[in-house]
Amino acid sequence: MLTFLGKRLLQLIPTLFFVSVIIFSLQQLLPGDPALIMAGEERDPEVIEQIRHKYRLDQPIPVQYVYWVKGVLSGDLGESLRIHVPVRDLILEKLPVTMQLASMAIVIALLIGVTAGVISAVKKNTIWDYAANVFALWGISTPNFWLGIMLIFLFSVELGWLPASGYVRPGEDWRASLASTIMPAFVLGNAIAAILMRHTRSAMLQVLESDYVRTARAKGLLERTVVLKHAMRNALTPVITLGALEFGTLLSGAVLTEQIFTIPGFGKLIVDAVFNRDYAVVQGVVLVTATVYIALNLLADIAYILVNPRLRG
Amino acid sequence: MTDTAFNTTLLKTDAEAVETPFRRALRRLFRRKGAIVGLAIILLFLAFAIFAPLLTPYDPITQSWTSVRKAPSAAHWFGTDDVGRDILSRVIYGARASLMAGVISIAIALSIGVPLGLVAGYLGGFIDGLISRFTDAMLACPFLILAIALAAFLGPSLGNAMIAIGVTTTPIFVRLTRGQVMAVKVEDYVEAARAVGNPRWRIALVHILPNIMPALLVQATLSIAAAIIAEAALSFLGLGQQPPAPSWGSMLNSAQRFLVNAPWMAVWPGLAIFLTVLSFNLVGDGLRDALDPREN
Repeated sequence: MLTFLGKRLLQLIPTLFFVSVIIFSLQQLLPGDPALIMAGEERDPEVIEQIRHKYRLDQPIPVQYVYWVKGVLSGDLGESLRIHVPVRDLILEKLPVTMQLASMAIVIALLIGVTAGVISAVKKNTIWDYAANVFALWGISTPNFWLGIMLIFLFSVELGWLPASGYVRPGEDWRASLASTIMPAFVLGNAIAAILMRHTRSAMLQVLESDYVRTARAKGLLERTVVLKHAMRNALTPVITLGALEFGTLLSGAVLTEQIFTIPGFGKLIVDAVFNRDYAVVQGVVLVTATVYIALNLLADIAYILVNPRLRG
Repeated sequence: MTDTAFNTTLLKTDAEAVETPFRRALRRLFRRKGAIVGLAIILLFLAFAIFAPLLTPYDPITQSWTSVRKAPSAAHWFGTDDVGRDILSRVIYGARASLMAGVISIAIALSIGVPLGLVAGYLGGFIDGLISRFTDAMLACPFLILAIALAAFLGPSLGNAMIAIGVTTTPIFVRLTRGQVMAVKVEDYVEAARAVGNPRWRIALVHILPNIMPALLVQATLSIAAAIIAEAALSFLGLGQQPPAPSWGSMLNSAQRFLVNAPWMAVWPGLAIFLTVLSFNLVGDGLRDALDPREN
């Protein structure tokens, strides 16, 4: 286990190095002189020269990269060019909102996806199986921003049950918070539910045909006990670790969902930064998401080994 | 009687024996109703994209202040938008941007990803490690966030959106090609090609590449679906097709502001994205089954 962990951590070093190179390179894609863009309306050559010096744009690119990495390693992700607030503070302020949305989405995805997947496998080639497969195909093919708009139309405009936009923190009023986040969380969870359903179905089908399940049935156990106690426990292990890897899909989805429901989270932060040409924030957000994704990948690998004794060395 | 039966069996066996893998895959694909429906819808949207000027009842860009936000009617089947443009005409023209973005971005991803995957999988060693770690790094950045960042840094336009989507999809093809090459390169026929003195580039291109094409084809079809959603998402955010040119994503963006008074503005472009993506997913799933050697 320790050897595996050591190897896995060693592999992370080059990956993190390349992530930093990719994110740093984004700035180099900017057409024109970055100092001019940062200066905005200001065209005074002295001010532009000051900006160039302050952000070390007058240094060679490898030197700029080294300074940037040094800053990142000490927790300095730069400063928002528009509102002059450290990017780190902005991210720390917005991240809990997206995390609340993401956690709710994962719960919804697990509830719908796993249930549909188990029913589909147990009732293979019946109307239930076909319905679950149609649901999965629908979930994968529906753009979440369209689903969000349609849900707003139905539940906010037509029925008036839920607020169309806005966000209330759970600490202020948990009911209002739930009402403001349930639709976006469903939109986010929907696509992941479809993916989890497919994984659960194939894992369950494989497990249901295994010898130990046949033995459990031969012992005369109730089908419900065989499915819930014997089959599901083994089938769901890889599904849950796969669920952790859907974090990237969640964050990508959050960008659009937060935009539609006007939720001041991580996703909205990057979109606003893009339109304000606040490139330091864009870089910071991409860096944090990539790092969190890599960490979750590692945790998923460790969890997989912990729950699967055959993989422990 | 026995002779006839015997001859028929022989003929059947001959016909099966001469059936090329391509024909077999096609036969299996056309046995799947979902794939046929998907293919039919794709062809329909392709016809929309190619013959848009002949099919549209109105100009998709011309504004008409006398018919602002009109509900669907005989004159405007899908209704009109906030500046009086015919939504049906814009949905038909929008197929161009979506299909083009789907196909071109995946072509970009294939043209970068497959050669890199071939090199990594075939050569192995340091080169493989370098390419694989770079691929891991790209896969660590969530797809749409990286595409948004790239499109933002490159500047908003349909062309740049296609480049952004293509580049961010590339690692999927690098990883897939590498894995397939590693599985195929130890096969006997590749060993034989090596033994007779074929150069490495020839073995990779002539002996390995054709044998990994089925897996690439399936992935490419499914990736087109994802690319169409990504283009719509970028256009929705204002980073793809620029107004007034029609695009399903940007149509949804403006529709959002008029949900109370003109909900039809949101229904049709969304339905068009859904149907196109669904079709590519159906064809992709069908292809995967049809090209699976374990399938009967």
